[in-house]
Amino acid sequence: MSTDREPSPSADGIPLAPSPFTVRERAAETADTVTLTLDPLTGDRPAPFLPGQFNMLSVLGAGEVAISISGDPARPDELVHTVRSLGLSTQAIGRLSPGSTVAVRGPYGRGWPLEAAWGRDVVLVAGGIGIAPLRPLLYALLRERARFGRLEVIYGARSPQDLVYYRQLQEWRARSNARFQVTVDAAGRDWYGDVGVVTQRIPDCRFDGRNTVAFLCGPEIMMRLSAEALEGRGVRPEAIWLSMERNMRCGVGFCGHCQFGPYLLCRDGPVLPYRELRPLLRVREL
Amino acid sequence: MAQGPSQPPVVGSRWVLAREQFDTLLDSFRDHGYEVLGPTVRDGAIVYGRIEEVHDLPVGWTDRQEAGSYRLERRDDPALFGYNVGPHSWKKYLFPSRERLFTARREGPSFRVSTEPTEEGPKAYLGVRACEIAAIRIQDRVFTGGPEVDPGYAGRRTRALVVAAQCTQAASSCFCVSMGTGPEVEDGFDLVLTELVGEGPHRFVIEVGTPAGASVLAGVPLVPASPVDLAKVSERLQRTRHAMGRSLEANGIRELLLGRLDHEEWEKVGARCVACTNCTMVCPTCFCHSTEEVPDLAGSRVERWRRWDSCFNLAFSELHGGSVRTSVPSRYRQWMVHKLATWYDQFGSSGCVGCGRCIAWCPVGIDITEEAERVRLPSAPTSRGGRP
Repeated sequence: MSTDREPSPSADGIPLAPSPFTVRERAAETADTVTLTLDPLTGDRPAPFLPGQFNMLSVLGAGEVAISISGDPARPDELVHTVRSLGLSTQAIGRLSPGSTVAVRGPYGRGWPLEAAWGRDVVLVAGGIGIAPLRPLLYALLRERARFGRLEVIYGARSPQDLVYYRQLQEWRARSNARFQVTVDAAGRDWYGDVGVVTQRIPDCRFDGRNTVAFLCGPEIMMRLSAEALEGRGVRPEAIWLSMERNMRCGVGFCGHCQFGPYLLCRDGPVLPYRELRPLLRVREL
Repeated sequence: MAQGPSQPPVVGSRWVLAREQFDTLLDSFRDHGYEVLGPTVRDGAIVYGRIEEVHDLPVGWTDRQEAGSYRLERRDDPALFGYNVGPHSWKKYLFPSRERLFTARREGPSFRVSTEPTEEGPKAYLGVRACEIAAIRIQDRVFTGGPEVDPGYAGRRTRALVVAAQCTQAASSCFCVSMGTGPEVEDGFDLVLTELVGEGPHRFVIEVGTPAGASVLAGVPLVPASPVDLAKVSERLQRTRHAMGRSLEANGIRELLLGRLDHEEWEKVGARCVACTNCTMVCPTCFCHSTEEVPDLAGSRVERWRRWDSCFNLAFSELHGGSVRTSVPSRYRQWMVHKLATWYDQFGSSGCVGCGRCIAWCPVGIDITEEAERVRLPSAPTSRGGRP
């Protein structure tokens, strides 16, 4: 057994080594989704991030997973992740409580091209947990509200119980100069909002198609149909941006898992223009 | 008796080493601190392992390869490098199949990450083929060509002395000429050997590629290569060039494949493919890997390892508890389109060097050159490219 090198708290020189963070706050969003606010344990501040970027998170021993950053990019000291428990790694993260330790490395990837929104109308379409990578963009947009035209946000979930950031969205809906449409696939009698898929909300949106930028995140089928509906209303395919998802093991282009046709999504994405993705989204099992 | 240069020979110079003196070359590698790794016969195949003396090499053996078949045969001469490629490639050493990335130890509420210092010494890779140099350069671009550099790979690469061996024959599975990677080793080597056997004394023409290669030759009994020797080298390479068992039309292959993701051949080849992952394991450029964590029972220490993975594994494309590529046709298509087409987008070159390993080591004999030709033929529309 070889001896260890002097451990370095910032993990310098150790490939793909995570840094220790502690859970400051845990908020249950839904039955299977939590929002965690994390503080670094090493004294270093969390790295600044761009809306749409992701970190690799792990409860050591339970495996690592790519999770988008969901906080306000203007407050990088507050690292926020919203995680839906689906597999072993995300279940372990979902069970964390204040004071728990979590391993973090990143941020990685190319985020939303915020500048593309300036001077235009903006449409955001989120499906399910796809709202999480869009929230930093929403923070950034609302902060610079005067720099662009109309802002339409469409958010769809399976049921009212599956809506995340519900209170914040209500607050934004009430106070910001933006139009929010929230729709669910199915609901009981206590739901007074829309029922249906997000694409059904697109005809109601008010924007000038030729001068609109759209940012989409959700299941692939949702993004494809939404992009088609937006195209139908005159939005140019190069002005529609999608955040793509595939299995990621490394986050830096080494492991090959996140290939989507010609793209390594961790390196070239996850946010890519629909103009390039359009033919690929039509290929089954790509 | 050859005197040999007492000073290191100059880069670009060419020398002749007699077969009887080959052990002195091996000794010289060791004297310069290199562990020699090279071809050796094991379990009916020529694989790469530790070379102590000349008889560890596949003396008098050759490989006969066909789709789904690899057999060793005796040669009628005692050639040391009279074969082409076996199931191993140099990625075995540069990109090991299992590697520990780090160890994390619990420390109070936090943890500390540490790694072990590398105690590996320099290695001499003996018998590296032209296609293998091309493969190493492709993996260089993957692991060291981007903004993030893999330090383990980079370190092993720096400590490797590439002692190439020209191919003086081609296997029926070879198509390096099509891929522009061989058969001649032209650069990327420290030393390159061409074996001359059967005409005159058994000997090796050695060309010096780098000062590191030159310094190893100091004291090795060599004579300057004669014009006759050099003419024989060219003749052997010319012969190999014309002996390629297979070919692949590489011109426009990227556009062809990307335009035919819905071709009926994917279903057909997918029905034959058993998703065994052999092609990706033997491929000298396949780099996909997974990570796994090994915790101790007390939960106070976790090791993170990476290991070779394959796009033929169902779990490779797992997302939200299901897999994206559930069908075998989609996995074969991913592998071949990546290898021959999208590799250009990702790393600026083809991912195929024409070594033919995937052809020989496929248990059902699927041949990538044949598949490329089939996809070139027109196809009836299929549902594969249709709406998901």
